[in-house]
Amino acid sequence: MFKIVKKQYLANNIYLMDVLAPRVAKSCFPGQFVIVKMDEKGERIPLTICDYDRQAGTVTIVFQSVGASTKIMAEYEEGESFRDFVGPLGCRSELIDEEPEELKAKKILFVAGGVGTAPVYPQVKWMKENGYDVDVIIGARNKDLIILVEEMKQWAENVYVCTDDGSLGFKGNVNDQIKDLVNNQGKSYDLVVAIGPLIMMKFVSILTKELGIKTIVSMNPVMVDGTGMCGACRLTVGGKVKFACVDGPEFDGHLVDFDESMKRQQMYKTEEGREVLKLQEGDTHHHGGCGCGGN
Amino acid sequence: MAVDVLKRIPVREQEPQVRAKNFEEVCLGYNQEEAMDEATRCLQCKNAKCIQGCPVSIDIPSFIGKVKEGDIAEAYQIISKYSALPAVCGRVCPQESQCESKCIRGIKGEPVSIGKLERFVADWARENGIKPNAPEATNGIKVAVIGSGPAGLTCAGDLAKAGYEVTIFEALHEAGGVLSYGIPEFRLPKQTVVASEIENVKSLGVKIETNVVIGKSTTIDELLQEEGFSAVFVGSGAGLPKFMNIPGENANGVFSANEYLTRNNLMKAFDESYATPIKGGNKVAVVGGGNVAMDAARTALRLGAEVHIIYRRGESELPARVEEVHHAKEEGIIFDLLTNPKEIIVNEDGWVSGIKVVDMELGEPDASGRRSPVEKAGSEHIIDVDTVIMSLGTSPNPLISSTTDGLEVNKWQCIMADEANGATSKEGVFAGGDAVTGAATVILAMGAGKAAAKGIEEFLKK
Ligand SMILES: Cc1cc2nc3c(=O)[nH]c(=O)nc-3n(C[C@H](O)[C@H](O)[C@H](O)COP(=O)(O)OP(=O)(O)OC[C@H]3O[C@@H](n4cnc5c(N)ncnc54)[C@H](O)[C@@H]3O)c2cc1C
Ligand SMILES: Cc1cc2nc3c(=O)[nH]c(=O)nc-3n(C[C@H](O)[C@H](O)[C@H](O)COP(=O)(O)OP(=O)(O)OC[C@H]3O[C@@H](n4cnc5c(N)ncnc54)[C@H](O)[C@@H]3O)c2cc1C
Ligand code: SF4
Ligand code: SF4
Ligand code: FES
Ligand SMILES: [Mg+2]
Repeated sequence: MFKIVKKQYLANNIYLMDVLAPRVAKSCFPGQFVIVKMDEKGERIPLTICDYDRQAGTVTIVFQSVGASTKIMAEYEEGESFRDFVGPLGCRSELIDEEPEELKAKKILFVAGGVGTAPVYPQVKWMKENGYDVDVIIGARNKDLIILVEEMKQWAENVYVCTDDGSLGFKGNVNDQIKDLVNNQGKSYDLVVAIGPLIMMKFVSILTKELGIKTIVSMNPVMVDGTGMCGACRLTVGGKVKFACVDGPEFDGHLVDFDESMKRQQMYKTEEGREVLKLQEGDTHHHGGCGCGGN
Repeated sequence: MAVDVLKRIPVREQEPQVRAKNFEEVCLGYNQEEAMDEATRCLQCKNAKCIQGCPVSIDIPSFIGKVKEGDIAEAYQIISKYSALPAVCGRVCPQESQCESKCIRGIKGEPVSIGKLERFVADWARENGIKPNAPEATNGIKVAVIGSGPAGLTCAGDLAKAGYEVTIFEALHEAGGVLSYGIPEFRLPKQTVVASEIENVKSLGVKIETNVVIGKSTTIDELLQEEGFSAVFVGSGAGLPKFMNIPGENANGVFSANEYLTRNNLMKAFDESYATPIKGGNKVAVVGGGNVAMDAARTALRLGAEVHIIYRRGESELPARVEEVHHAKEEGIIFDLLTNPKEIIVNEDGWVSGIKVVDMELGEPDASGRRSPVEKAGSEHIIDVDTVIMSLGTSPNPLISSTTDGLEVNKWQCIMADEANGATSKEGVFAGGDAVTGAATVILAMGAGKAAAKGIEEFLKK
């Protein structure tokens, strides 16, 4: 059993939990994920590792309750336990294995959409702890959906907040913000790491391709085992089939077939999940902008 | 009742029309009277050929002799010397090509039902609370076993009996390997059979730590250097599914057999009270002709679908067990033989709407003497289906080999190990089962686990 030692409500049905899982805490790195199975009858729910404390043996998860299972998860309280908590799964962020001099020379922009801010956090923290300064954009539809700004500021050189309705920070979506930084504020970047809803990652990738900036995205297809055994998580990257749980979850955004992944993401979802996805994806296919904003 | 020595005592089964709608076990097994009658058919051969057909060399005439006398407890003790999972093997071993294929009775009539007798003995022992004997004391030497399938369970059980302190590390949340996630409930009941065989292994003192992915949560080198294990057995199976690489294969409604079966068996999607969903499908095509394909097809049938098996060779080439093919036909599975998929047809929402196939004919025998199928020109046509299940085989997952220094694999990613003792290229690391051979059988995996347990003992005594 894996005990929840801390629970915190962040915003907009987004919760943070620290879970006691010493084996995972000991060996995990930014970019990886866990699978949580709440009880005997629960499904296996993949969630990104958002922070970890190797001494205390805890792993932080941040999840948004969007459907049947994550709703139940939100009802778990401090002191209660999950039946199963396995990880770390997937590959760690490529940044961790890069040569220090090469990494030092790179200007990196992290782009976080909605609950995607949580998985961006440990990467930014790792960068600062290892002596690299990075910029971060946190975007959402409105100010109520923006999370972890103060936490992010501890580790990032610059944090840019943007909202579609202008209720907080820059008015516009994350792509408008990227364009503003690059075109109006004289910024230039060698790498973008974008994590958020598929539709956001898709449009960020289209923009950065135009701008000629290499882009990494974190894919979150439907998973079952998370160890390469079922193939549920397959996606197409550069014309090749990959299993996100073992080959990813991070991939080159300019090579991912987002449209296929968006269709596959619809395959299993409860009614609540359907509503949330509709909100995320909205009409954005037509106006071509990034309707990012998470939820 | 007079027993016709040429004929087997028939085994009771659920009626096909009834069982096609439930997940309960198809074969009901012998009762004691039937088992004792069947046992009288055994000639108690001095030079018993059946033993040679069994990969773990069970003393078949001896245990059958005890069944004939009605001393089932003793029969169980005999089998237990050789096999840790008799209730499983009695059910899923391909007996027709192993022990029973060698039985003297089979020359003139039907071979003795060795598998059904083994199953009866194991079930009787369970129902009567008989457990294998645990060792009195441990020797304090720790051995790690990776994977809780038949190879790992057998290796762990044998080492525990010899006094070692064994911990099994399992990546999934439930022990059993393919026995838990792959083979369906209607062939191998999870609670009554699999869980209780695992309990037996635990009662020998074996610890099972689930939710540990070796290569991710920790590594073999860490187990050896930091966690105090003196040797490691790798029984991680061959779990990586293959796909065909034809157009449309990533459409919604295309699954690997592993995904389909895992959702239904391990995650119990057929039971409404479990949270994991499954798209059962209305009209399902299962591509492939092995045991796994039969299991996927019969599962889809039970979830309410019309099911087609699409296989590129003919009936006699089907790699599945004869009994499984027979059961599948009785239940109403449609066999589209000598048919090969070319493309999956996808509708505009990204869902499967059909499968384009081509007819095949068997060509001239190749170098190996096998007639390989060739396409019949102009025979392409579309079968309307909404679900496609790919059952084309599996290969070992590279997760362990790629994270363990000095562990050699062959070009199929199979770990290289000595058949006699399981030794790998890395000192202190042993391997066996599907991880070494590629997808094979339960009993071969058990045999490899047994050989490795001996190899590990010898290694640790040095
Ligand atoms: C590698 C990875 C990392 C993730 N990290 C996070 C995270 O840090 N925080 C977070 O809030 N969410 C994360 N997710 C998504 C999260 O797993 C889903 O939100 C959750 O499973 C939804 O379950 P539900 O029953 O509440 O909703 P449902 O209504 O069942 O589904 C809603 C949507 O969630 C997705 N989903 C459903 N089942 C699965 C599944 N088995 N595997 C993956 N996605 C599924 C689908 O897109 C679906 O349309 C991650 C997913 C992956 C694959
Ligand atoms: C659907 C299906 C039907 C079958 N039907 C039959 C049949 O009728 N008769 C028959 O004899 N055989 C049958 N087989 C084959 C048989 O089940 C296998 O040959 C046998 O289970 C192999 O045993 P194993 O112990 O080597 O591996 P597995 O049973 O595959 O067990 C391996 C275990 O290791 C775990 N593991 C893998 N990697 C790691 C890791 N990195 N860390 C920790 N744990 C890990 C896996 O999760 C799994 O639990 C069938 C197989 C399938 C898939
Ligand atoms: S273990 Fe399998 S092969 Fe051996 S006797 Fe039993 S059924 Fe036959
Ligand atoms: S070969 Fe057949 S008849 Fe002879 S001992 Fe074995 S089971 Fe009995
Ligand atoms: S989740 Fe099963 S292979 Fe990736
Ligand atoms: Mg769900």
